[in-house]
Amino acid sequence: MDTQEMTISQEALDIAKKQALLSYQIKRNKASYFMLAPYFILFFFFTVLPVAISVGLSFTHFNMLEMPTFVGWKNYIKLFLEDDIFMISLKNTLLFAVITGPISYMLCLLFAWIINEFKGKVRAFLTLIFYAPSICGNAYLVWNLILTGDRYGYLNGILLELDIINEAKLWMQTEKYVLPVLIVVQLWLSLGTGFLSFIAGLQTVDKSLYEAAALDGVKNRWQELWYVTLPAMKPQLMFGAVMQITQSFAVADISINLAGNPSVNYAGATVVTHLLDYGSTRFEMGYASAIATVLFLLMVGTNKLVQKVLGRVGE
Amino acid sequence: MAKKDYTKPKKRLFRKREKQLNRSFAGNSLLFFIMFICGIFMVLPLVMIVNNALKPLDELYQFPPKIFVRNPTLENFSDLFVLMNDSWVPFSRYILNTIIITGGGMVGHVIVASLAAYPLAKHKFPGKNILFSMVVLSMMFSWTVTQIPQYLIISALHINNTYAALILPAWSFGMGLYLMKQFMEQLPDSLMESARLDGAGEWKIFWEIVMPNVKPAWLTLAIFQFQQMWGNTGSLFLRDEELKPLQFSLQQITAGGVARAGAAAAVTFIIAAVPIAFFLICQSNVIETMTTSGMKD
Repeated sequence: MDTQEMTISQEALDIAKKQALLSYQIKRNKASYFMLAPYFILFFFFTVLPVAISVGLSFTHFNMLEMPTFVGWKNYIKLFLEDDIFMISLKNTLLFAVITGPISYMLCLLFAWIINEFKGKVRAFLTLIFYAPSICGNAYLVWNLILTGDRYGYLNGILLELDIINEAKLWMQTEKYVLPVLIVVQLWLSLGTGFLSFIAGLQTVDKSLYEAAALDGVKNRWQELWYVTLPAMKPQLMFGAVMQITQSFAVADISINLAGNPSVNYAGATVVTHLLDYGSTRFEMGYASAIATVLFLLMVGTNKLVQKVLGRVGE
Repeated sequence: MAKKDYTKPKKRLFRKREKQLNRSFAGNSLLFFIMFICGIFMVLPLVMIVNNALKPLDELYQFPPKIFVRNPTLENFSDLFVLMNDSWVPFSRYILNTIIITGGGMVGHVIVASLAAYPLAKHKFPGKNILFSMVVLSMMFSWTVTQIPQYLIISALHINNTYAALILPAWSFGMGLYLMKQFMEQLPDSLMESARLDGAGEWKIFWEIVMPNVKPAWLTLAIFQFQQMWGNTGSLFLRDEELKPLQFSLQQITAGGVARAGAAAAVTFIIAAVPIAFFLICQSNVIETMTTSGMKD
């Protein structure tokens, strides 16, 4: 009895102590919180709250005119069981992610690694050339000229001249070409922030590690890359992975601008184009939110998974 | 006759390279070959953008199409200026809008994100890890996911159809805070400690010691923010023609069809050239900032 009372009061005391500590801590760090406030208030309004609203709306029917009405899992059931176009766009998005994600990641690494062999001006120039496509905004529309379906298209023109094809091909109007061509364009655009991070990461690898490794029997550059360079730049590798994965799931603009929306037999439809179709054309906001929520889970889930896998590398 | 200076090293056209560790000639050739092929693939569309902008109209519609221009002319740019002068809203207005929107987005973002990055990097307080992991999480999905609710929120805040609808969300761009925090972490603690001993408050330390030391990161945040905002036509939030940015009117011109193909080529060149030039100027600062971009788990 006595001991029980003792422990209870002891617990209460501990909790009180902890609270005092927490409020004391908060008070003591007042300046820190004031500094955080402007950013995180905006972050709350434009990132946290939208995600929460999106999840909430995904369980409703909402057309922007009437108040949203709760419909339970209906949107999700329709999405996965009845919406054939969603299935096509999901398949395309996953194909994009599975192909362009890893390939663009490898390319970022490969190019950064080769560029690192150069010095000074040459290195800066090569970095610029490979990075430029990812920042040139809508200028990727130049691919429209390359892919024009008549003889005036550059690709058709070159292939006709070389006698590889006998007649002009309608690249963006033929179902089987749409996805592969979009993947090529996406790869062209994909050497972005991750690529810069790799270039920077490679420069920071301690030179003495290479000398030590050579003494330990590392014989060529491939072994050097595997045993020394990659483990040393693991943090950059993880950052680059986030960049490339998020990017490869979000493909939409190039599909809309090069293949059209809707594209031929939905060959270029992705989850994002489907989302835009329902969100900004049909104003079925509940349904569009369900699509957004699925996309959110896909992106975050894949990122978390890959982080875990990469975290194990070299341990 | 002047005496020869023997202390100076002799100038040679080809300096003999010292042999690098673990590098073979075959390996070098293979990698440079790969680099060359891929480099051409990467650069060709950019070369086309430049050449098309300089082509007279007949060369733009030539068969077979040629990548390189034969009679370069600036006609396309003068056509573009004529079109610009004809536009209903004076063109300078579009440029002013772009300066306000991208400038406001960049400056505000750098200040707000640096202000939040400093305590996250250098102070210990309850909630720090949760806040930072939320920001990292926000980098794991694209803005399209939150587009619809963002529109609803901007309407609810009654900032629809104002510059703020584009500027304020840009301030809380996640990657900027992340990069700034990672960069600030490598500042030596002693720097702030000695200022604290001199009686400086945290605000003073932030403005007078931390900020001047993270200049490369400012430029990096600014340039990434610029890339984000440059392509934005603002058509989702801005209804009034007088508020729309340059990008919007440029796209109107591109949509003008065959007759405007020349001006459109000039537009494409401008759209691509501005961010590339901006990056070119800041390149070394960006690379310096990116060295600390790594994620620790």
